Amino acid sequence: MSLTDRETWGLIHGMVLGAAFLLAFGGGVAGFWSLKPELVTAAGVVERIRRLKVGVVAMAVAAWGTVLTGTWVVYPWYRSPAKTSPKSILVADESTAQWHEFGMEWKEHIAWLSPILATVVAFVVVYLGTQLIRHDNVRRMLLTLFVIAFGIAAVAGLFGALITKVAPVL
Amino acid sequence: MTQHTEAVTPVGADPHPGEPDKPFGPINAALIAGGIGSLAMGVFTTLVEASTSVKSALTLTKAVGPLSGKTVFAVVVWLVAWAVLHATMRRSTMAVGRAFALTLTLVGLGLLLTFPLIFQAFAP
Repeated sequence: MSLTDRETWGLIHGMVLGAAFLLAFGGGVAGFWSLKPELVTAAGVVERIRRLKVGVVAMAVAAWGTVLTGTWVVYPWYRSPAKTSPKSILVADESTAQWHEFGMEWKEHIAWLSPILATVVAFVVVYLGTQLIRHDNVRRMLLTLFVIAFGIAAVAGLFGALITKVAPVL
Repeated sequence: MTQHTEAVTPVGADPHPGEPDKPFGPINAALIAGGIGSLAMGVFTTLVEASTSVKSALTLTKAVGPLSGKTVFAVVVWLVAWAVLHATMRRSTMAVGRAFALTLTLVGLGLLLTFPLIFQAFAP
């Protein structure tokens, strides 16, 4: 039982960073959702904001890690001109070509919006700190952007998993 | 509490009730810059599809192909836009709702231009 270097990087890109992203999103969305003045005390706000900062910064870092490893480490193996590369295998067969022409083409571009938006959310949370409790409209805006960032990453992650199933990077 | 928000927080939930509100300019700048970065990714994606000269100009490394330039330059546009907006909007009193609406519009355009059926329509 062993993994090649390429499989290991594929796992780091999709599973390790992907799982961290998912965990951070779960924590972050719960933090945003429940950060309502009528639900928490002043001491509770301090503690929740601290946790929220960790969650949103972790999600941004995981998102950057995912796109950087995906684009600069795994993607060159995927698109290699060799006949055995996943892209070559997919486009050689009409029945699988759309996994590249649509799936990969969408994934490789849309994914980069996620870390940008996650960074914006992280910046605003860190900048406002406990003052976020004063601005419920900002909390709702950040929650919306946070969910959009996650939705974008979910599209990229789903296509990544499906494409890997059809033509893995070996 | 501030001209930027409609909500009023019960005093008991605010850990530092006497602390003055932080300016919203940096928040608006970060939001709009995020939208600009998203749109930049869409614009570079579409330009590469439409023009072979742009495609070769954005191919920074052969291994990654034109995606290398699209991503690097989109991030550069985002960071430069953020720095410029931060400097110019620091003391701006623009309502955060307006900045957010603009951000969503820009992100929406970025999403459209990174959708294959849209950008592939620009292929020669």
